[in-house]
Amino acid sequence: MGKFLARRLANYVVLVFLATTFAYLLAASTLSPRANYAEMSPRPTEAAVDAQLDRLNLNDKTPLAERYTVWLGDVVTGDFGRTVRDTSVNEEIQRRAGVSIRLIVFGTVIGAVSGVLIGAYGAVRQYRVFDRVSTGAAFFMLSVPAVVVAISLQVIAAAINEWTGTTIFQYAGEYTTGLDAGFWGTLGNRIQHAILPTLALALGQFAAFSRYQRNMMLDVIGSDFVRTAMAKGLTRRKALFKHALRTALIPTVTYFAFVFGSLMAGTTFTEKIYGWNGMGSWVIDSIVKNDVNSVAAVSCFMAVCIMVASFLSDVLYAWLDPRVRVS
Amino acid sequence: MTASQTRTETSVTDQRPGDAPVLEVTDLHVTFPGVGKAPDVRAVRGVSYALRRGEVLGIVGESGSGKSVSSLAAMGLLPDYAQIRGSVRLHGEELLGLDDREMAKRRGKSIAMVFQDPLSGLTPVYTVGDQIAEAVRIHNPDVGKEQAAARAVELLELVGIPNAAQRAKAFPHEFSGGMRQRAMIAIAIANQPDVIICDEPTTALDVTIQAQILDVLKTAQRETGAAIVMITHDLGVVAGFVDRVLVMYAGRPVEIGDVDDVYYRTRMPYTMGLLGSVPRLDDAGRAPLVPIKGTPPSLSDLPPGCPFAPRCPIAEPRCTAAEPELVRIGASGHRAACVRAEEVEENGWGAADIYPLPDIPDDTAAEVPRQERDVVLEVEDLVKHHPLMKGAVFKRRVGTVYAVDGISFDVRERETLGLVGESGCGKSTTLMEILSLDRPQRGRVVVLGRESGTLNSRQRFETRRELQVVFQDPMSSLDPRMPVFDIVAEPLRTHGHPKARLAARVNELLRLVGLDPAHAARYPQEFSGGQRQRIGIARALALEPRLLVLDEPVSALDVSIQAGVINLLDELKVKLGLSYLFVAHDLSVIRHIADRVAVMYLGRIVELGDVESIYRAPAHPYTQALLSAIPIPDPEKERARTHIVLEGDLPSPADPPSGCSFRTRCPKFKELGDGERRLCLDEEPQIRPLSTGDHGAACHYAQQRAVV
Ligand code: SF4
Ligand code: SF4
Repeated sequence: MGKFLARRLANYVVLVFLATTFAYLLAASTLSPRANYAEMSPRPTEAAVDAQLDRLNLNDKTPLAERYTVWLGDVVTGDFGRTVRDTSVNEEIQRRAGVSIRLIVFGTVIGAVSGVLIGAYGAVRQYRVFDRVSTGAAFFMLSVPAVVVAISLQVIAAAINEWTGTTIFQYAGEYTTGLDAGFWGTLGNRIQHAILPTLALALGQFAAFSRYQRNMMLDVIGSDFVRTAMAKGLTRRKALFKHALRTALIPTVTYFAFVFGSLMAGTTFTEKIYGWNGMGSWVIDSIVKNDVNSVAAVSCFMAVCIMVASFLSDVLYAWLDPRVRVS
Repeated sequence: MTASQTRTETSVTDQRPGDAPVLEVTDLHVTFPGVGKAPDVRAVRGVSYALRRGEVLGIVGESGSGKSVSSLAAMGLLPDYAQIRGSVRLHGEELLGLDDREMAKRRGKSIAMVFQDPLSGLTPVYTVGDQIAEAVRIHNPDVGKEQAAARAVELLELVGIPNAAQRAKAFPHEFSGGMRQRAMIAIAIANQPDVIICDEPTTALDVTIQAQILDVLKTAQRETGAAIVMITHDLGVVAGFVDRVLVMYAGRPVEIGDVDDVYYRTRMPYTMGLLGSVPRLDDAGRAPLVPIKGTPPSLSDLPPGCPFAPRCPIAEPRCTAAEPELVRIGASGHRAACVRAEEVEENGWGAADIYPLPDIPDDTAAEVPRQERDVVLEVEDLVKHHPLMKGAVFKRRVGTVYAVDGISFDVRERETLGLVGESGCGKSTTLMEILSLDRPQRGRVVVLGRESGTLNSRQRFETRRELQVVFQDPMSSLDPRMPVFDIVAEPLRTHGHPKARLAARVNELLRLVGLDPAHAARYPQEFSGGQRQRIGIARALALEPRLLVLDEPVSALDVSIQAGVINLLDELKVKLGLSYLFVAHDLSVIRHIADRVAVMYLGRIVELGDVESIYRAPAHPYTQALLSAIPIPDPEKERARTHIVLEGDLPSPADPPSGCSFRTRCPKFKELGDGERRLCLDEEPQIRPLSTGDHGAACHYAQQRAVV
């Protein structure tokens, strides 16, 4: 199994490299940091702009290959260069990465786990009330764009806040600035802020996973090995849990890596809508500001996230499916 | 079985008087309610039987007869929506109405089950050992993990898995079909149950493996003293294995009794038909099989009275008045559900007296010695090797599968050659190679005088016209969106049959295969399996071929239907002067239909010759084992036979043994001295003719011997 995972990991590292390179080349050839200076007043001289851009390794007069080499040379030493405003990209990553990771991890875990459980149970209760309701909910979520979900949640939250007369949900920013409420108070405040964006992400995940898991579960529920397990003396419920769900999880784990990409896209919108200063909102801002190095850095971050997710799914897969381990 | 600590005091069989039934099923009814407007399906309608300790009961019936459903009901394994009535008592305790928790306590402990399909019967993600150990621990929670694992190994040894300790750690996909079925039996006997229900336990297996599994079941029964319910459609398996037989038809028992009574003193016309419809391995005659006309009734729309009445040749008006009860007839314990059973008894009627047999004309043309007849198909040293690939993206070749490895045979005009062997022997590959009309990797294939691979497109077209094929699965080989008329007319249209005479020709063809031309506008799914196969045959015959290649044409059909199709093939051959290349795994069918046989093992032909001498006195140890493994539907004969049970599984065709490819399993090889063995190890035997005419075997020590 170790060999299998090591080989996968090596593949992913290559892919991350390629994805980041591609993102850099695309950003460097389409975004124009020089344009940023055009609107400045007083307008700096061309020589001054060139000098500044050269310092930032953003000068479009330098051949792309040369800029790329310089950039890559820095990146391998762990330095993602400087933003258009001459601040360190690395520092910005440090500030923002945690914000996004929190959102992604909670959104995924909550969405995937609830999706798997609800989907699996829906399959067991096929065509009963539970199944119909959860299927309906999942289809509804799938048909509504993530942006609409995020905004609707805000509207609903505002209505609830108003109706109850207390601020249960917060929907702007990551925490209330200037709040001084001790450790627990701050934590509570952060949770209040986190509920909605996490939910916005988790709902999409839930919808995808519950549909998928339901289908996978239906495939194995009637299978002979479940019948064998019952014939041995397991109750139906135990047989379904121990034999059917375990087997039906294998394809879902692969699916996890597959849907993770769409989750990353969802994060971008969610951060923007809820005013979270994460990586997702940064990439949008950076594109607007022609910030080549930042765009490349965020792309790299996303590629690494996807790599981690894929690797995790490989590990889970190898753990769940012994057929990979033995061969 | 040594350790008996897994057996707790709750199984009280030993304290009961010997003749109290262990399992008693009384008037069991199972109905699956129809969804929406669909009518209810009455799958089981009044099954009763009692099973005593150590007794073996066979439940026989065709698909849809309710034989499996009744046992699943006893196990509490039917889905919730099934409506179950009646009574199932285990040691006098009523099981119906117990909830899943209570039933689970009994399942696997007092009453265990072995299912048909060993392929999907084990959970793919747990090791075989763990799955057996689980069965032990469910009912004995205080048995530790290690103890249970040790017991699992012990059980695997008992069911005959070599290297049990090591194999217990393997996953199901690393086991062959036969080994998986052994593991299933190990699970079933893990807690020394009092009743083991075997639901078609050998149906999915090859005959030599079937013989092994039946052996294991006998051992299991000896070791546990359990009563066994053997559910099967195979009248041969039942004959030698069971004490009593229950024959089911349309959800009801129609005849029950001691196996000898039911087989030799059959009183119910359906049972008679069933017994008469199986081709017999021990029957040299070419008498037509007993075909039962029509098909079993739909369980949601049963005819009034006796459900067999629409198909029964001796039905009378009173048969449809009320459903006949099972009444005692003749010997004690022998009961039949037929109003005319008494008459049958008095007159001593047999199948031949009741059923009108089709008149199959003798083939006078076939009396010409075969050497003087034209060769329609010649295969010489045919080779087909597949590369064995590995890797998902970058495939690399890791070996070669020797699917067909140098075989030669010929088929003469008006002759049927049966190509037999177990799965993986290369018979289907051979057939595909012949049908492709391409140049083989090595050797020569000459179809109707034209050599494959040398034909121009016109010649290919011509050859295709004269060489037709009938496949196993009638459903998948017929386009479901085409009405039968178009299916049969298609080859005619392709080959430019005059339009004006098209309809006449299609009708003629349909009549020829025993279908009503009035049904030509229907779609394939409106026909039963046997009728679909007839459609397939009609299509194959449309262009008046000379050579018909048949790939397991009857193996997907129930026996009563199979007989009709076999009779039809027999008749067509004579009428139209056809030659058949008949590929099958069922040696009884081959004996009935073929003139010559080629037995394949691991891509080679090991024995070749005329049917009579091969079945009477096979010379190759593999053929002997194959024939010996097939149970004969004749209880007395079957009990008197000793089966040659081969050890182990088929070796991988990617890594065949050196010298004689059969040596790893050859019983003869084991008896040889070291000096004699050298030959088998080093030299690949070639087919050498035996004394009796047209018969040869590829064995260095071939020796003819009767085994049937
Ligand atoms: S009851 Fe009548 S129809 Fe039924 S099997 Fe007997 S004779 Fe035939
Ligand atoms: S050649 Fe040897 S190993 Fe092969 S079948 Fe004959 S006796 Fe057995």
